[in-house]
Amino acid sequence: MLTLKDVQCEQTARVVKLEGNGAVKRRIMDMGLTKGTEVYVRKSAPLGDPLELNIRGYELSLRKEDAGMVLVELLDK
Amino acid sequence: MSVTIALAGNPNSGKTTLFNSLTGLNQFVGNWPGVTVEKKEGALKDNKDVIVMDLPGIYSLSPYSLEEVVARNYLLDERPDAILNIVDGTNIERNLYLTTQLLELGIPVVVAVNMIDLVDKKGDVLDVEKLSRRLGCDVVRISALKGTGVREAAEKALEATRRTAAPSPAFAFSNTTERTLSSVAGLMKPKPGQEIPKGQKRFFAVKLFEGDEKIVERVVVSDAAALAAVREKAEREFDDDAESIITNERYTCIAAIVEECFRKKSASRVSASDKIDRVITNKWLAFPLFALVMFLVYYVSVTTVGAWSTDWANDGLFGGGWRLFGIGTADYEAAVEAFDPTSGAAEPDSAGFGLWIPGIPSLADNGLQWAGVSGWLRSLIVDGIVGGLGAVLGFVPQMFVLFIFLAILEDCGYMARIAFIMDRIFRKFGLSGKSFIPILIGTGCGVPGLMASRAIENDRDRKMTLITTTFIPCGAKLPVIALISGAIFGGEWWVAPSAYFAGIAAIISSGVLLKKTWLFSGESAPFVMELPAYHLPAATGVLRSAVQRSWAFVKKAGTIILLSVVAVWFLSSFGFEDGKLVQVEDLGDGILAHVGRSVAWVFAPLGFEDWKAAVATITGLVAKENVVGTFGILYGFAEVAEDGAEIWGSLAASFTPIAAYSLLIFNLLCAPCFAAIGAIRREMNNWKWTLFAVSYQTFFAYFAALCVYQYGMLLTTGIFSEGTAATLALTVVFLFLLFRPRKDAFRSVKTKLEAV
Repeated sequence: MLTLKDVQCEQTARVVKLEGNGAVKRRIMDMGLTKGTEVYVRKSAPLGDPLELNIRGYELSLRKEDAGMVLVELLDK
Repeated sequence: MSVTIALAGNPNSGKTTLFNSLTGLNQFVGNWPGVTVEKKEGALKDNKDVIVMDLPGIYSLSPYSLEEVVARNYLLDERPDAILNIVDGTNIERNLYLTTQLLELGIPVVVAVNMIDLVDKKGDVLDVEKLSRRLGCDVVRISALKGTGVREAAEKALEATRRTAAPSPAFAFSNTTERTLSSVAGLMKPKPGQEIPKGQKRFFAVKLFEGDEKIVERVVVSDAAALAAVREKAEREFDDDAESIITNERYTCIAAIVEECFRKKSASRVSASDKIDRVITNKWLAFPLFALVMFLVYYVSVTTVGAWSTDWANDGLFGGGWRLFGIGTADYEAAVEAFDPTSGAAEPDSAGFGLWIPGIPSLADNGLQWAGVSGWLRSLIVDGIVGGLGAVLGFVPQMFVLFIFLAILEDCGYMARIAFIMDRIFRKFGLSGKSFIPILIGTGCGVPGLMASRAIENDRDRKMTLITTTFIPCGAKLPVIALISGAIFGGEWWVAPSAYFAGIAAIISSGVLLKKTWLFSGESAPFVMELPAYHLPAATGVLRSAVQRSWAFVKKAGTIILLSVVAVWFLSSFGFEDGKLVQVEDLGDGILAHVGRSVAWVFAPLGFEDWKAAVATITGLVAKENVVGTFGILYGFAEVAEDGAEIWGSLAASFTPIAAYSLLIFNLLCAPCFAAIGAIRREMNNWKWTLFAVSYQTFFAYFAALCVYQYGMLLTTGIFSEGTAATLALTVVFLFLLFRPRKDAFRSVKTKLEAV
């Protein structure tokens, strides 16, 4: 299944499910990346990692490794 | 009777600004007991009976970060009379997430929606009354920066403290979850002799359902099997774990509330901040801009303004003297220009021009002479105490300028971007992008740099940062670099950059090496960081932060430097003659010289067996800039310039270039000054780890200096000695530790697979 890691820059996706457990997952969810949230992948850092996401009206940075835990579906926008 | 209001909110929500405008100058900054998290409290400006407790900036009350655990323990154990929850109006959804958790604690909550001016400016509309009804607490509109609504927020919070009825949240989760939570609440009993405070039942039920171990200890479960069954049923139903079910419910609730109370004017995704960010974190511009910003910071704080102010403090205030407002300086310079040494006329006296104010040392000396104080006591006061004070305070202006810059970078949102663009590089050697911040601050002074490591959530990353931060040359090491560079290498351009390069190399190799040891193995920390919107920093906040940090330096480092200068003065001017403690004429007879001679052999393989170097290195442990001062004293100067220009000749005569460079490297990398060791101890909160850090640094420094001297000698003389052989063997061990495969590589892959 598609993960947030695979979403191209400037594309929007919706969160379907979060893999993993414990601190990392809780932290990602605490920051508002929960099931059903729309995520806009704004860009990646100059060296390709981490990603800059726009969720719930603010900017969040997330490493690609952790973004791989977030299952998403692409939205046409 | 005094009441306590806890100030809670997300990082970047303007909490510090609000705290400052609520309390003014009545602040007390300390630490939470037993941990390294900063604790700030203060009395309300117009009502001294009200204590405002500034909680750490947090996103949630989860058990996974030190700040969050500290905050919730405080809220549960100390039970403040009310919580003033500051919420960023421009980022309301995520900010309300913490609010939903605070509302379950059974403590009256007042929500202050901050940056409301920005919300209004954007044309968005927030219905405060509706939000208040939907949350079940008072809501006020404020702008902490402009000071609007701050007084009203304080009044509402004060009013809330007087309420007797236990508050409860007005929102509810989905019916299924609510039913689950009531079943959990039914299985919950207070510990014998205790009771669950009114209004906290929901909080404990949620935590029990989530399986939050740190909270579960506080209650008794009547039927553990039944609890497990309830949880399992819910987890099956939602196809998710208990923690995630609750988090989802909270955000679902918030989305519904925001939908009702908040009208966004436009759906535009591109704000001014985004436009700025397009440039600042641009693929091609990010690093050049970063270099430019760093250059500006250092040009102003170290080279120009910092140098002027430090020169004034060292040469004027704590030196010969200075002219008020520089009046008369031009006349004096003209007189010096016109002065002809062959004419037989008296040389123009600097003090005779303009408003000449003598330096503190000469004032003190004159005063003491007038009072008829004996010679040794005058020497103690003028050379020891006043000199020591000068060493501390002379450094402050430069540090203050640097801290202003750092506060601006933090305040405007650029610090977070530094972490964002640097993360890729830093995590390769076991550090997070956020480690850049402590290291950057560490170039000014290691003490605040080490304190800045608090921004790193993960314990392992934080420890690694604490061990490596002081490798980078700090401001106090600059005089040492200037001394060696000027005395031995004729001020060659490459000496100072090579010192920074050595520091960076030490950080990188230590990161890689330590990451592979059992101490630091395992998966790396999550890097989930908010990139706050850019905004103009507030002048008062920046100044306050710079003052607090500079004061911390004076307080933490000041006494240590002062004591060390007095100790060096005593140890070097007293010695034993015929078994009696007497003041010695020749420093070579002093106690310190004996200590130096007895440990000098340790440094022989590094090329500097000279006892003066050993003594200087020892005093350098007390404070790095003391290396210069100690060399000065040992070569017979009461006081030398910051770069020790007076003793360049003596140094050049006693050291070969290779030995001098080895001395420099050892002093730069070895255990930092005691103030920094104290900071490491405070941040590690553990003596064992502190000892490990300090011994690691010293061994590393010894090895690096050994390589410099032994390989340097091999290359210049071509002689292969036992020393060279031993160094070669050590180098092989070092390279093995550096390049061996990570032992836990397989294990972490396995855990990851299991997790999927």
